Amino acid sequence: MTQSTSEIVARCEALYEDLSFTAAREWKAAKEGRKVIGYMPVYVPRELIHAAGMLPLGIMGGGDNLEVVHGDAYYQSYICRIPRSTIELGISGRLDFVDGMLFPSICDVIRNLSGMWKMLFPDTYSKYFDVPQTYKDEIGGTFYIGEMRELLRDLEQIAGHKISDDEIRNSITVYNANRELVKELYTLRAQVPWQAPASEAYLVIRAGLVLPVEEHNVLLRQYIDAVKAEDRPIKDNSKVVVTGMFCEQPPLNLIKSLELSGCYVVDDDFMLVSRWLIGDVPTEGDPVYNLSQAFLHHSMSTAAKYEPNQEEKGQFLVRAVKESGAEGVIFASTSFCDPALLDRPMLQNVLKEADVPFIAFKYAENSGQMQPIREQAGTFVDSIKLWSAA
Amino acid sequence: MKPSIVKAKPADVLKDASMIKQKEMMAAHYERLTNAPETGEKVASTFVPGNLNELLMCFDLVNNLPEVNAIQSGLRKQSGQYIMEAERAGHSEDVCTYVKSDIGMMMKGNIGPNGKELPKPDVLLLSYTGCFTFLKWFELLREQYKCPTIFLQTPYMADGKVTPNMIQYMVEQFKETVIPTLEEVSGVKFDIDRLREYLKKSAQAEDDLVYILETGKNKPSPIDAYFGGIYYIGPIFGAFRGTDDAIDYYRFLREEVDERIQKGLGPVTPDGPMDEEKYRLVVEGPPNYTSFRQFWKMFYDEGATVVASSYTKVGGTYDYGFRHDPDRPLESLAEYCLGVYTNRSLPMRIDMLSDYINEYEADGLLINSIKSCNSFSAGQLLIMREVEKRTGKPAAFIETDLVDPRYFSAANVKNRLESYFQMVEQKRSGKGAAA
Ligand code: SF4
Ligand code: SF4
Repeated sequence: MTQSTSEIVARCEALYEDLSFTAAREWKAAKEGRKVIGYMPVYVPRELIHAAGMLPLGIMGGGDNLEVVHGDAYYQSYICRIPRSTIELGISGRLDFVDGMLFPSICDVIRNLSGMWKMLFPDTYSKYFDVPQTYKDEIGGTFYIGEMRELLRDLEQIAGHKISDDEIRNSITVYNANRELVKELYTLRAQVPWQAPASEAYLVIRAGLVLPVEEHNVLLRQYIDAVKAEDRPIKDNSKVVVTGMFCEQPPLNLIKSLELSGCYVVDDDFMLVSRWLIGDVPTEGDPVYNLSQAFLHHSMSTAAKYEPNQEEKGQFLVRAVKESGAEGVIFASTSFCDPALLDRPMLQNVLKEADVPFIAFKYAENSGQMQPIREQAGTFVDSIKLWSAA
Repeated sequence: MKPSIVKAKPADVLKDASMIKQKEMMAAHYERLTNAPETGEKVASTFVPGNLNELLMCFDLVNNLPEVNAIQSGLRKQSGQYIMEAERAGHSEDVCTYVKSDIGMMMKGNIGPNGKELPKPDVLLLSYTGCFTFLKWFELLREQYKCPTIFLQTPYMADGKVTPNMIQYMVEQFKETVIPTLEEVSGVKFDIDRLREYLKKSAQAEDDLVYILETGKNKPSPIDAYFGGIYYIGPIFGAFRGTDDAIDYYRFLREEVDERIQKGLGPVTPDGPMDEEKYRLVVEGPPNYTSFRQFWKMFYDEGATVVASSYTKVGGTYDYGFRHDPDRPLESLAEYCLGVYTNRSLPMRIDMLSDYINEYEADGLLINSIKSCNSFSAGQLLIMREVEKRTGKPAAFIETDLVDPRYFSAANVKNRLESYFQMVEQKRSGKGAAA
């Protein structure tokens, strides 16, 4: 039976709002011995967790619905919000079914959180997952393969069995399909954003952080098909790319507010883990090597990554604007986020050179007041229209 | 041209030989830097944690440390205007103020502490060690200077250990990218024996540094290991590790400290020697530089000496046994970077601070949390509670900034400190009553 977009989106929204992660709990309970490994932004090779027969569970903080009772006691006011809400999720028992946590090397806050997790939850496996910031095969590549092999050994121990290369290859295949579908959705959204608004696409992709990838693949297919089958009214909105939201997630209301104020968000950096690797990872040969190659040579850019080539700095954003047909860029950065906020002026300089208009504001995952953002975005859209009319 | 060897003799001015020596060293270094365009010397900018001074010297490069420049700007009360300048140019009020002080200084003509313009770097050695912000900082500088930028990644010691994969990664980076690019930029061929020579000298000075820092275990402590400690670490964390100057400096300092121990004297403060040691503290976190003296005074006026600190380990944890090793030159540089304080996991930091409290017989822990430094600050509240729990000694938390004067509230800090000292007193009398 085909489902309508609103039915699919409603399901995804329920998953998004469920801070007890019931779907993942149920997955785990359905079969003896199942394990769940949590991970934080921005990227981990989920294929390895999947290959171990486990569920990778994306933890993106607590959003705007979580009441933070304990988390604030762990952080000063001048530190972003995602670590405190993540601690809240942990301390309040919402992650008590999780068998391990991965903290990718994205910034010093997540880095230090990895150590805090060890202190607070000594009985749960946790690992800071280091990735190379140098991209030569024999240097960064070798290091990364070593780190992935170490992770595999840990996962084998948690799973209680070996993980074969064939299992990893199979997982790569399933995730290749997932990446392909996510890409299809992004392309579709860029072409007909009134059909697949960002606030919906966000929820549909976000569902992939808590569902088994196979199920998510089905869901993505259903949503894309449903979008194509429906006709929705075109609005007089302007196409924009939003950037800076790669870690602490914006409240859903913020994305909706941008849309309400006249923006079609046609590209973004939400939940980059779903799109980090660009294109298919080969399934022939050594799968760990293939994952490292994809990471080194075919992966997204973000503020958390070092750009070795000055000429290339920020070009990913210019390309995103061109490819999505956007007319401007919105820098939405988490308050106190050093990576995003230090990167911002450099990216803005690149955009100035490329003649792309932009605005900037800050948010937190629990920002409630959308009026200023709506006004700023609305004015931006008006000025974009004026420029393009001139 | 080689760095000048400054001659201060311990015999003539025993009390101040080290201080004079350091002043002369710093002045000579800044002269060397600002004269570089005339002398033709080439300049490399890099960071204090993961500072590869010995390696830079192998290529006759002059070491410029933007962090130290920011400290200088803070001490000379210029960082405030630099930071505002950077914010006016579009930098966020939320980010690391070292970066903004540096960028603002650059926008205002890049005038160094000697009143002369600092040269443009010929190469940026982005030693990504212990702080993510470094990565963005040098991307920002590269955007301005458009000079070659060498990236060196130090993996994080998340599990409390150095793995062979980490060492191999770093050594490969040295061999394949760092050294070849330094050769190219400088036109000097790499000579590993020259590196060995410098490393040998480093180790010698490091021995004395550790000796000096550990004198904090004496009662009274002859040193202040935080406010005074900042001066003591200057040469070895900066552009002098591996030089004869550093060896001399630490020898003089050691002699002076020994003399203070023999006489039973406490640390020397800007207002002269400290009289009575009432409180012995361990401090975590960097200091505030814009009101450095005022901040320090709040301690010595109350008879509080810092006997050990984590900040004096950001450029190396020598007291944990590490020495630069001429027999394993590249591996040892790798181990050095891996071991610096900010590259240590949170549990390792907790261990270190708890050990300090016990070994230095301190009254408790004081955390100076820096508003704009995620590397240090994220997690400090847990550190505080955990150290308190383990040692049974009271801890306190104050919040300032390194170089942004807007975030130093003297009244707040003083209040906090006063109630902290009361807490220590209560703890003592409570203990007395129980005994
Ligand atoms: S929001 Fe920014 S500063 Fe905070 S954890 Fe994420 S990347 Fe780090
Ligand atoms: S360690 Fe802290 S103060 Fe130093 S550069 Fe990093 S963020 Fe800034």
